[in-house]
Amino acid sequence: MTPLAGYLLVAALLFSIGLAGALTRRNAILVLIGIELMLNAANLNLIAFWRYGPHPEALTGMMFAIFSIAVAAAEAAVGLGLVIQIHRHVKTTDLDQMNRMKG
Amino acid sequence: MIDTCDQIFVLLQHWLVSYLPASWQPAAGVLLSVAAIVCLFPALFALTTVFERKGLARIQNRLGPNRVGPFGFFQPIADGIKSLTKEDIVPKSADAAVHFLAPVLLVITVFMGFAVLPMGRNMVLVDLDAGLLFYFAMGASAELAVFMAGWSSRNKYSLLGAMRAVAQMISYEVPLLMSSVVVVMITGSLSLTKIVEAQSQYTWGLPHWYIFTPWGFAGFLMYAIATTAETNRSPFDLPEGESELVAGYHTEYSGFKFALFFLGEYVAMFSISGLGTTLFLGGWGAPFSFLTWVPSWIWFFSKLMLSIFVFIWMRGTLPRLRQDQLMNFAWKFVLPMCLLNLLVTGLWRFMGDGWLRWVVCSAILLLAYAGMGLAEMRKQRLGPRSYRYAE
Amino acid sequence: MSFVFYLLAALTVAGGLAAMLLKNTVHCALALTVAFAGLALLFLNLDAQFAGFAQILVYIGAVAILVVFAILLTRGSETPRDGVFSRTWLAGLAIAAAVFAVLGWAVLGSARVLPHETAVPEVTVQQIGVALVGRYVLPLEIVAVLLTSALIGAVIVAMHEKVGHEKEDSK
Repeated sequence: MTPLAGYLLVAALLFSIGLAGALTRRNAILVLIGIELMLNAANLNLIAFWRYGPHPEALTGMMFAIFSIAVAAAEAAVGLGLVIQIHRHVKTTDLDQMNRMKG
Repeated sequence: MIDTCDQIFVLLQHWLVSYLPASWQPAAGVLLSVAAIVCLFPALFALTTVFERKGLARIQNRLGPNRVGPFGFFQPIADGIKSLTKEDIVPKSADAAVHFLAPVLLVITVFMGFAVLPMGRNMVLVDLDAGLLFYFAMGASAELAVFMAGWSSRNKYSLLGAMRAVAQMISYEVPLLMSSVVVVMITGSLSLTKIVEAQSQYTWGLPHWYIFTPWGFAGFLMYAIATTAETNRSPFDLPEGESELVAGYHTEYSGFKFALFFLGEYVAMFSISGLGTTLFLGGWGAPFSFLTWVPSWIWFFSKLMLSIFVFIWMRGTLPRLRQDQLMNFAWKFVLPMCLLNLLVTGLWRFMGDGWLRWVVCSAILLLAYAGMGLAEMRKQRLGPRSYRYAE
Repeated sequence: MSFVFYLLAALTVAGGLAAMLLKNTVHCALALTVAFAGLALLFLNLDAQFAGFAQILVYIGAVAILVVFAILLTRGSETPRDGVFSRTWLAGLAIAAAVFAVLGWAVLGSARVLPHETAVPEVTVQQIGVALVGRYVLPLEIVAVLLTSALIGAVIVAMHEKVGHEKEDSK
């Protein structure tokens, strides 16, 4: 197994762990944690392909990963702000209890 | 002879390492440097605690500790024995694992910062290309340790202190980074050794330190304010103010763990002062060109101890800032000044050499400072003092 | 496949698993921090120094603290009443397992054509800087606008709305 395949498998494993967490946990914040894990797994994929790809001096993979880190931070901020505001409204973060559109 | 004195630690390291087989030599060299750092800075910490107590005491018109040893200089030994032999109390409802890991994480991240500081000519542990970024990454990780300490104690005062401390550290992290970015803009590299080398020229005997330029002076002031807030030192020490919050986030820590928090705070002060001297005060460079025969590491540590002395002086002199005053100050004054400083640095770079850029840049910064200061003070409406006596 | 890679991969996967399986929400956030640190070390192993240090600075220094603050402000550290996994946990687990199976099959199936050993790329921070304002200047400016709008948006979304209510009550 080549080194690149090893990194891709680790990224795939992290992605599916994040996906499993995002789909099965009740707390809204833990869903967001799962999403962060998925984004990080994608970043690992990008950097691994940059390193073992044909043209590392073009810096494409590294740039993509850096912008992805910035966008993920922005998305985490907005998502957590939304969770905090929802908690103020319905006094819970349990997603199983938020199954109605009536506010 | 002068060069030997200057490079004495490097030569010592090479000589000690030459007794080992060739394949082990790089790793052994690095381990030796790490051991030197880990032994030196806690020793400096011990010395600083006694300086601080005696310095604060003299500022407050009293003597400091003067019983243990000559003029009280063996006080840290007594303090050390006390901390190591006190009972380590962990509250029953505290989260034991996180409670244990918080001081460990703090000390680890604080010591990692020393890996990129150039302490003398050729005396940097790792010459990273992105050295400054590594330093700030380690500084940012220390905030999590503070939060872990406060949360795991299950004590509302600890939690409150931890939230305040983390909010303060995050608010002042932005001015800290921005005031360092101006140095990177002019030097063109994130590597700390290159930043020091760029400041090691002399014109008419005076050095090219960045603090002697308008943007460097403003940057240094912003950096100094931000570092005082990042290390929770007075006047920004509300999170650990004894009169307000018992002891803040380290209320529930006793014995060796408390000593580790104390050590972490002071070593963070050393490392961030070291970064300040590297960025603005010329690192290991001598102040005048006729003094370059003095070894470079003596200059670095002198400037470091000078910064520590200024920290102690500020602690004894200035009153504490309230939490909302602190946050207001960060977001409404320091951050706009840092952004303006970025603009001024760009102007400096593109105006070319000459006296005009000095005048323009200084004028912009002074006008902005005066203008923002007046704007903030106008809202205060401070009248003459009034007294209310108890009936 | 070196020993360092296996160690770092094990650390990262263990952190991710702990983040998704633990009952205490704050412990999950701290395990997530361990996963972030493991990933940063994996980036350093791949000679991507800038990305590794940026990962530590942004994720551990900002996102982890944000998550922890959100847990505190939403009282997430109290034990939940009905358990930590939702009613439909089996379906979620099955979907995640299917996704991993597909990805793993794709990676292992194409292992023949993946490149083996390439030279270490000599990337300096100066090259990254030149690329950011040269070739990638449009994404840079768009990300700047995005971050500004996310900052303002997050502040507005999470702000207290009580100012209007207080004025009504005082009448």
